[in-house]
Amino acid sequence: MTAITAEQKPDLREPKGWRRTKNRTMTALMVLSFILVIIPLAFVLITVIGKGASAISWSFLTSDIPPQTSPVGVGGIGPAIVGTLEITAVATVMAVPLGILGAVYLNEYGGRNPLSAFIGFMADVMTGVPSIIMGLFIFTVWTLHFGLSGFGGALALACLMLPIVIRSSYEILRLVPNSLREGSYALGASKARVTVTVVLPAAIGGIVSGSLLAIARAAGETAPLLFTIGAAHTTNTNVFSGANTSLPSLIFVNASSPYAGAEALGWGAALTLVAIAFILMIAARLVTARFARYTH
Amino acid sequence: MSTTVAQAGPASAGSADPLKERRPLGDRVFQILALASGLLVLVILVWIAVSTSQQASSWFTTEGWKIFTNNWNPAANDFGALAFIYGTAVTALIAVIMAVPVSVGIAMLLTEVVPYRWSRPIVYVIDLLAVVPSVVWGLWGILVFAPWLNHIYAHIGSAVQGLWILGPLFGPPTSGASFFTAGVILAFMITPIVTSLSREVIATVPTIDKEGAYALGATRWEMIMGAVWPHSQGGVVGAVLLGLGRAMGETIAVALVIGSSAVITSHLFAPGYNMSAVIANQFGEATGVFRAALFGIGVLLFVFTIIINVLAHGVVERSARRKRGA
Repeated sequence: MTAITAEQKPDLREPKGWRRTKNRTMTALMVLSFILVIIPLAFVLITVIGKGASAISWSFLTSDIPPQTSPVGVGGIGPAIVGTLEITAVATVMAVPLGILGAVYLNEYGGRNPLSAFIGFMADVMTGVPSIIMGLFIFTVWTLHFGLSGFGGALALACLMLPIVIRSSYEILRLVPNSLREGSYALGASKARVTVTVVLPAAIGGIVSGSLLAIARAAGETAPLLFTIGAAHTTNTNVFSGANTSLPSLIFVNASSPYAGAEALGWGAALTLVAIAFILMIAARLVTARFARYTH
Repeated sequence: MSTTVAQAGPASAGSADPLKERRPLGDRVFQILALASGLLVLVILVWIAVSTSQQASSWFTTEGWKIFTNNWNPAANDFGALAFIYGTAVTALIAVIMAVPVSVGIAMLLTEVVPYRWSRPIVYVIDLLAVVPSVVWGLWGILVFAPWLNHIYAHIGSAVQGLWILGPLFGPPTSGASFFTAGVILAFMITPIVTSLSREVIATVPTIDKEGAYALGATRWEMIMGAVWPHSQGGVVGAVLLGLGRAMGETIAVALVIGSSAVITSHLFAPGYNMSAVIANQFGEATGVFRAALFGIGVLLFVFTIIINVLAHGVVERSARRKRGA
């Protein structure tokens, strides 16, 4: 648009009257819709920081979770932080490699065959499966047989992350130029070798940043953990057995508690959780900016 | 899908190809691993459907068609789920009605109005909205937003009481935790996804169409209505359907702010319930048919969201294909 106005300045100003009014009104409405989105975001962030910052201290981040009836300032969220890190890490270890391999199948092996197209379509559909359904699913196939544990929660989160990692990795693999592949085939490399040593390194920035966003999403999820990890008030470093806890679960329980101490603990935990999610998102942006060779 | 390496590579050449004989073991193992990871998606989806349906079977068999009645009373062994289905539909519709105009507006703003160096920061801000976890929306919703809305609801309620249509929709009883509060929070939560999908679709409108409209003397708005909108309509419909699916499945924020009351009422400012929230809130204490009923609600929710998502992606893919062909 700038190019056009620059060339023929006097003729191309907007027409006067009703058409100009309508054009400007609509542009103003578009700006207004952005402002409408900023207001709740700012409102939430200011509240979380305002109410959470006063709770944060080293002892808050490391102490055990107190009973709900405790006064404000007693105890902390240490077990929930440890639980969130453990569960998310185990989920990542399961979902990210499988997701990348799935994307490799879709782009490198499947191509346009019907099975590959169907799997890609269903991966899209799977990103829309409600997280609570993943919780019910893992409760049925894992928790009923092996009991509550952090690992059950990790399985549920992994189910949630898998399609997201597949989609984001697939979109990046598509952008890797074919000449790279053809060059390495010409040198006599096998398909697996081409994929592992040429295609994946070329796409690594986008894959890592997509995975980080999937991790950020999983770390904030509560619903898949509700029935799978139980509840704990002390740190459980064994992710494979015994009840565990996490930041989102702790916030969920405390949000509906009538006690002021529990509410304050919830705000502190919310600030910690938002901080973790934002750090992951910023890391994803940095990785994209630093390593992405092929972007949209 | 654009890659054509499949034909160029030795892996998928015809069976008579001598190269095929010499493929090393590692190469074949890697292909099988990749295929297995892809198939895992299908396996999990089928497994979800089978395992949760099995758990829910006693609900379907003991209640029969009564599962679709408005009668939820676990103490009396009544498990009719209609109130939850109604709540899911109402909250998701409120969310979509509020989020879609705003999201499409932002998408138009990003693609047609602001220069590129401004659009990136705006996208970051919208993405922040998606990074705020569901449970934080819920915590803020129930402790800060709902008490504030409660005053507004009370004012509106007393103003419209007894009026035709408005009275039954917005009149008393009013409560901070209600269908409408849940709908508003859901609208915040689905705005980023609807915005980013609409933006992707709108960005594919050919520049030549837009320049053509400008060359005919159109204002920007006339250009948007004449060149951009007809081209991106289908994709935007898909984005809206996806937002609807997300709004239906969102659990924790809704569980905290919807008011937890299994009723069917036209009063949007009154407490209600929806499918995901009832599972989250009542599963812990449920056994026997009660638990089966909650599993059954989960199965229904799974089926609804799968249908919506299949429709949505079908619409998006079809409009993308048409664009490529054009």
